[in-house]
Amino acid sequence: MSRITGVLQALKDQGRKALIPFITAGDPAPDQTVALMHTLVDAGADIIELGVPFSDPMADGPVIQLACERALVHGTSLRQVLGMVRTFRETDDRTPVVLMGYLNPMEAMGYGAFADLAKASGVDGILTVDLPPEEADEVAPLFTARELDAIFLLSPTTTDDRIRAISEHSSGYVYYVSFKGVTGAQGINVAEVAEKVQHIHELTALPVAVGFGIRDAKTAADVGKVSDGVIVGSVLVDTIANNQDNPEQLKKALTDLLHPMREALDGLAS
Amino acid sequence: MSIKLTDDMLSMLPDTRGHFGAYGGRFVSETLMDSLMTLEREYLRLKKDPEFQAQFDKDLADYVGRPSPLYFAERLTKKAGGAQIWLKREDLNHTGAHKVNNTIGQALLASFLGKTRIIAETGAGQHGVATATVCARLGLECHIFMGAEDVQRQSLNVYRMKLLGAEVHSVTGGTRTLKDAMNDAMRDWVTNVDDTFYIIGTVAGPHPYPLLVRDFQSVIGRETREQSLRQAGKLPDALVACVGGGSNAIGMFYPFLTDESVELYGVEAGGLGIDTGKHAAPLSAGRPGVLHGNRTYLMEDENGQISGTHSVSAGLDYPGVGPEHSWLKDIGRAHYVSVTDDEAMAGFHLLTRTEGIMPALETAHAVSYAMKLAAEMDKDKMIVINISGRGDKDINTVAQLDGIKL
Repeated sequence: MSRITGVLQALKDQGRKALIPFITAGDPAPDQTVALMHTLVDAGADIIELGVPFSDPMADGPVIQLACERALVHGTSLRQVLGMVRTFRETDDRTPVVLMGYLNPMEAMGYGAFADLAKASGVDGILTVDLPPEEADEVAPLFTARELDAIFLLSPTTTDDRIRAISEHSSGYVYYVSFKGVTGAQGINVAEVAEKVQHIHELTALPVAVGFGIRDAKTAADVGKVSDGVIVGSVLVDTIANNQDNPEQLKKALTDLLHPMREALDGLAS
Repeated sequence: MSIKLTDDMLSMLPDTRGHFGAYGGRFVSETLMDSLMTLEREYLRLKKDPEFQAQFDKDLADYVGRPSPLYFAERLTKKAGGAQIWLKREDLNHTGAHKVNNTIGQALLASFLGKTRIIAETGAGQHGVATATVCARLGLECHIFMGAEDVQRQSLNVYRMKLLGAEVHSVTGGTRTLKDAMNDAMRDWVTNVDDTFYIIGTVAGPHPYPLLVRDFQSVIGRETREQSLRQAGKLPDALVACVGGGSNAIGMFYPFLTDESVELYGVEAGGLGIDTGKHAAPLSAGRPGVLHGNRTYLMEDENGQISGTHSVSAGLDYPGVGPEHSWLKDIGRAHYVSVTDDEAMAGFHLLTRTEGIMPALETAHAVSYAMKLAAEMDKDKMIVINISGRGDKDINTVAQLDGIKL
């Protein structure tokens, strides 16, 4: 059983929901990322989605675009991001780490080399925003062979046939994009999300985590009620941007954001 | 080593998943997949629909002014001192460039699909103008995304788009040029996918765009083929076209792919010189990667980050290229070369002074290379240059480079 499946199964057994924060590796600077990952865990993260910076993040709104630019100013490469995960693993061997990014940096490294290095660094899952399963026939088997979970997106426009097909290619969990738009936009409609996620649950046995538009504890709880986990990204990245010159203050601000979400999600269990 | 292409082979490209060999495909986030699959299905149906094709042909004739002439450039030919040089006059199309062939076709598609809101990216502004034009004609809401740097260097076209009723969004992210405009157009599309049709201006992007843009632009090559046979009594020996994303080049090349005797030359923007790294020539100096929904030759660093590009012409200032060109390069059917900013400027002045035809700076790259090529060829040989656009939009840039204040 993969580390991701193990964590999600344990949460399910306890009647709890996963809190999955996202930050961009190398933002605000490469030497801060590992410490920030530990901060996220201390504040209640069950799984970390670590963004791999890319020059042309087409699916992201301005907040994560700017995070990529900050990271790339320091030359943060995919190889360095894997090094950060390796360092993180020296003191945390239980929190799953999912790399989230775009295909080209992986293609530039070479898929085989990337999969080997990801596994050796302690990465658990790979989510490639611009890689639908139709184009993954070369890449996905390399991940599977190394027991790396391939995580794919589902969206409000995904048809039932595709939900089934995408789920078959996925392991760990599926990531439901809560609305049509880019990261960081406003637009989540909890009732619509509830309806679609319930429908997805009918079509796949995999856990469903929901991302896009979750910025506060109340929304996290509302979405947690109908899913297996919530992904929180832009609001954290925004916080990093606003506190980039003061690491102590940043740590506190991130904790102040995540902690109430953790409590609200755990409040659903009782 | 080139392989002999046949109609049967070409009919299978792209394959059902949009691949031209190792290139092309559909690398987008999940939200867009359903729209792209619908677009593909509807396009393949309409491609065979006589009513759709008749409307397209009628619009090209009555609104665009096709066929565009094939013109023998006698003085230019003398100047080069070799092969006969002919010009395919896409600059004479309504709106002044080949771009309108494609926007007419895609706007027609949008109408058939019931979409009421149009978005497009633009570099030099020619595609933006051509899109704003067809939107004005059809009464469609129009949003154009344009890099902030291009907004500045193509201010005339920005104003033209506004006059036509389009809203021009200046894109300040990234390198503030065409690739960033395309990023923002994609972001808009994913947000407004229900009512919005994205008119991509070049033969890049996710499947089926490289296919349908090529089909709409192929009218250039089809006419050129007929006109060559009629006016010169033979097929050309070489075709020369500039390549940014590559829509005018593929439109010219495609109907000649199975004519083995016709050599194809795509001219990329060499900028300050390939050696300087300041250029926009992915086929000449890049390597395969994935950007904007397709796998193709790209300009990127060793970590897979897309590189900044440089070209005097905004329309060629793009780090990628259409996937069909990548395939044509690999199989050796087309040659891809580059000329520098300075050579292109010389080509601009030469065509202007020798033939009274002022080409776009993009087109000037093709003119410059064709002069070298013609000089090396025998006098009984024939070259056709695709004059993809006229140069009025570039007058400010030319004046600035020549140190003249207007």
